[in-house]
Amino acid sequence: MSKNIKLMQGNEACIEAALMVGMRFYAGYPITPSTELAELSAEKLPYYGGKFIQMEDEIAGIAAAIGGSLAGLKSMTATSGPGFSLKQENIGYAMIAEVPLVIVNVQRGGPSTGLPTSPAQGDIMQAKWGTHGDHPVIALSPESVPETFELTIRAFNLAEKYRTPVMLLTDEIVGHMREKIEIPAIEEIEIFNRLKPIEGKEYLPYKIEEGDIVPRMASYGEGYRYHVTGLFHDETGFPSNSSENAELMLNHLMSKVEDNLDDIITYEEYMIEDAEFLIVAYGSTSRTARSAVKILRQEGIKVGMFRPITIWPSPEKRLREISKNIKNILVAEMNLGQYVYEIQRIVKSNSEVYHIGRANGEVLMPSEIVTKVKEVL
Amino acid sequence: MSSTLISNYFREANLPHIWCPGCSNGIVTRALVKAIDELGLDKNKVTVVSGIGCSSRAPGYLDFNTLHTTHGRALAFATGLKLANPDLEVIVITGDGDVSAIGGNHLIHAARRNINITTIVFNNNIYGMTGGQYSPTTPTHALGTTAPHGNIDKPFDITQLAAAAGATYAARTTSYHVNQLIKYIKKGIENKGFSLIEAASICPTYYGRKNKSGSAVKMMEFLRDNYIDIKAYDKLPDDKKIGKETMGEFKEITLPEYTDEYLRLIENLKGAEK
Repeated sequence: MSKNIKLMQGNEACIEAALMVGMRFYAGYPITPSTELAELSAEKLPYYGGKFIQMEDEIAGIAAAIGGSLAGLKSMTATSGPGFSLKQENIGYAMIAEVPLVIVNVQRGGPSTGLPTSPAQGDIMQAKWGTHGDHPVIALSPESVPETFELTIRAFNLAEKYRTPVMLLTDEIVGHMREKIEIPAIEEIEIFNRLKPIEGKEYLPYKIEEGDIVPRMASYGEGYRYHVTGLFHDETGFPSNSSENAELMLNHLMSKVEDNLDDIITYEEYMIEDAEFLIVAYGSTSRTARSAVKILRQEGIKVGMFRPITIWPSPEKRLREISKNIKNILVAEMNLGQYVYEIQRIVKSNSEVYHIGRANGEVLMPSEIVTKVKEVL
Repeated sequence: MSSTLISNYFREANLPHIWCPGCSNGIVTRALVKAIDELGLDKNKVTVVSGIGCSSRAPGYLDFNTLHTTHGRALAFATGLKLANPDLEVIVITGDGDVSAIGGNHLIHAARRNINITTIVFNNNIYGMTGGQYSPTTPTHALGTTAPHGNIDKPFDITQLAAAAGATYAARTTSYHVNQLIKYIKKGIENKGFSLIEAASICPTYYGRKNKSGSAVKMMEFLRDNYIDIKAYDKLPDDKKIGKETMGEFKEITLPEYTDEYLRLIENLKGAEK
């Protein structure tokens, strides 16, 4: 069979992948630079028997998507900067109610309306801490169009497997750039669907069955007549004020992610075997960093790059291991210093951490990273 | 009779409810259940969605598919559920603050789409759960904990707001006029489109105490004596209209329904090139 090779935008690849992995519900609100995600969903979903709805605002967009997921459809919403801020409360709702959902944030310059058509990586910390209370976050960051495809599939699979909202943090560059992409056949794609209640067994909507990671999920209308709330609840799904129960529930929410880091976390190591200096970069900035590594290597400087693909939870274990042999680490990102704090926390006893960043809508250039590395050396 | 309603439609293990003595939320909740019973709806398809507030706790007591969402957003969650699975009989329970302040945008757009959702508004003219702050339906000059010197706001008429925004069925009655309330809820559920039924309610604990409205019984008598059918109200001379409130069916029309239109769109694309 001939290969299905296309020239595609990042946002297009995202919807292509979403449809292949089974996304059948999209609710959102128009916002640059994520609009193609809504437009393509509106165009294509009806052919698959799926549903698209443009809601009255960003909050309604995520609310309707949660509703779609509870009705049994794989659901998605997408947004950028200001819209991501507006969605935060309901992101927390999906976390505590354990509703699978994919949220794409095509990052743009902020704060506020900021730079609507320019790239940024300014929502890294908001992705982790934006909604109130303690909660685990899964966020993935692609650096290219093919990887946007791959990580969209992964985002849906992780959402279904761990019953939690999963964020795809792209940015204006990855979202709008066009690259060659080979679309795999549907049979080649690994698809995970949420586990359904065991037939004939009493169903408690938040009870975890032996050997499972999360409670099994019935769809509304299937006959289970259960309750979902944003309040702390027990196995029955009904509210509970008890602090013992709240602790149990929080432990479950945290541990379903923390106990499965090897499954959730992916990263790329580039020329790190003999590296004496490490650049940490993610998303579109890693493309700049990779060029910088090549330039520096030509000059005989032993530099490597570590690229977290899963941003949250961070690839802490591996990075700490690598940092034992690295004196200096430079974090490059399109903000004025966000992920650098996470890297500092991880490597603090091993390496000195430096930062190069910018949030004026311009990308970092390889030459700037090269200069910064030489400065540090 | 009540006992069969309770055993058939309530989650008895979750009772008693959290509402204060004298609160009319129980009356309105029972009216909804009675309407569902009389219509013979399939419990497995009935989906009750609520926001945040006193009335929004009702779904927890009801043996249906129930969803207690975030403040003001019940209609947005409900829209997702209904569009994703149009077979669900979606009913939203909400309060005056939930639906007309923080959730006002979702109300007008759900009405505009004419999506087949029945919304029951428990309007007690106050934020009860947080302790008696004025809401968008608190009358001008009334007192609330955030209107200690008297409310200078003008109140919303939620039923007329929904009717103007595109609801195809909009009616108001009170928690005193229970049989009429049951009838309106049944008509709302049967209407294929967006329906809103406003139940003027009482909050003796916060609204009543703050405004010296008297006992719960006195407040119920106020509903009995001061709510007048719109047709009769229109015929009253102006001086007799003072202090009176209107009830009745404000809108009842037929228009294409949103999820029907979407399913038609899917049908029309069948066989076409993707």
